[in-house]
Amino acid sequence: MVDPKAAAAVHSGHDPIKHTTSPYVTGTSVLGVTYRDGVLLAADTLGSYGSTKRYKSFERLCKVNDQTIIGAGGELSDFQYILTLLEELSNEDFCADDDAKLSPKEIYAYLSRVLYNRRSKMDPLWNSLVVGGVQDGKPFLGTITMLGVHYSDDHIATGFGQMLARPLFRERHRPDMSEEEATQLLHEGLRVCYYRDKQTTNKFQIAKVTTEGTTISEPFALETKWDYKAFVNPGALAMGTW
Amino acid sequence: MSGIGTGYDLSVSTFSPDGRVFQTDYAQKAIDNSGTVVGIKCKDGVVLGVEKTIISKMLEKGSNKRTFPVDRRAGMAVAGVIADGRQVVNRAFDEAVQYKSFYGDSIPGQVLADRVASFVHVFNLYWYARPFGTSVLLAAYDESGPQLYLVEPSGNCHRFFGTAVGKGRQAAKTEIERLKLGEISSEQGVVEVAKILYSVHDEEKPFELEIAWICDASDREFRRVPADILEAAEQQAKASMEESDMDD
Repeated sequence: MVDPKAAAAVHSGHDPIKHTTSPYVTGTSVLGVTYRDGVLLAADTLGSYGSTKRYKSFERLCKVNDQTIIGAGGELSDFQYILTLLEELSNEDFCADDDAKLSPKEIYAYLSRVLYNRRSKMDPLWNSLVVGGVQDGKPFLGTITMLGVHYSDDHIATGFGQMLARPLFRERHRPDMSEEEATQLLHEGLRVCYYRDKQTTNKFQIAKVTTEGTTISEPFALETKWDYKAFVNPGALAMGTW
Repeated sequence: MSGIGTGYDLSVSTFSPDGRVFQTDYAQKAIDNSGTVVGIKCKDGVVLGVEKTIISKMLEKGSNKRTFPVDRRAGMAVAGVIADGRQVVNRAFDEAVQYKSFYGDSIPGQVLADRVASFVHVFNLYWYARPFGTSVLLAAYDESGPQLYLVEPSGNCHRFFGTAVGKGRQAAKTEIERLKLGEISSEQGVVEVAKILYSVHDEEKPFELEIAWICDASDREFRRVPADILEAAEQQAKASMEESDMDD
């Protein structure tokens, strides 16, 4: 059916309302694992403009409060908007003056409603979000897509990471991993993403949340190795390519 | 009707022959009877203190709050009718939220004080409105440093180094003038505020001390002073009271 408002807009010489139909500046995968003391999230720091590596130090992992961190892929301006929403909520909590803070699960539930609401207006926030936190002494890890689809799991990856890093997680992840083991596993996941996802750069951050609070690492690079046999002549092993 | 001024006190929309708006004056009187509220600007922040008379022995400790954060970087202490005060506090909060969503940064103290004053002033303009029975002390910390403002029911707004409202305001102001406000830290400020509120307090009635600050020690956020610091300040205040009693 023709939207009467849109039709009216055309007649009055204005363009009809147009919503986001594709993202512009994007981030790629976010990885997350639970471990013995909490949750680790990992992501690179690239903001891609199409296939141009436009912003090379964009921090896609952010602290929400002392017990929650989030990471985002997809449209980065939409992510910045989501961060202002969360900041408003946190300021409101501050002024309520009752020492209540949003828990990781509440933030996860809130964001899932925001994203679903926006997709229902046919004007989605173009993001894949990962929420990590510690609640009642237990780690929490969940993800939300731009359609509002959401689930929580012991290990999570968005975007290409779902195909590239998640199989590694399934094989090696244990909920009782130490921080070193979990970091190692994330490094493996990030490295595979860097090898096979062209929207990934070799500049990563890892965010940690435990009962002690949150920390976000300085950006770092991983050791890479490009002389694997399969890399020398990639066409040889893949039929139909060159 | 006899005497100049009689018959001019029912509405805020008529001046008396000698140029007063009586309803506004009466609102000020409502505050003059309230518990004393003190604010001082120290070297690194602002301290707000309230003398809360305890209206019942069965009241929970910490109830009937009179200091309120309105933003991370600003807060208020209320003297007078507390219900009116909360109305002003809510408006200040809304202004802070609106400013932040529009400009992306915390509202500067000056802007917030002006906006709150404009809001309060409007209630002095219409016959169907009643002025707020409240004076608010506003503490803010922005890029230009810590600031203290006083907004009165008339809509008057002034910036102070230190001021007091409520029952013990005269004595409190003399005490504040004796302080070297440009030199003391907020930690010392808390002790001074406690001392002042103890000294102006009318000894008969029990009271609770409520002190909030915004300073470097509070990460430049408006917070109530931590329990241990408050406790220590109260001890010092009590000690100096006993000392001055000995002198008498």
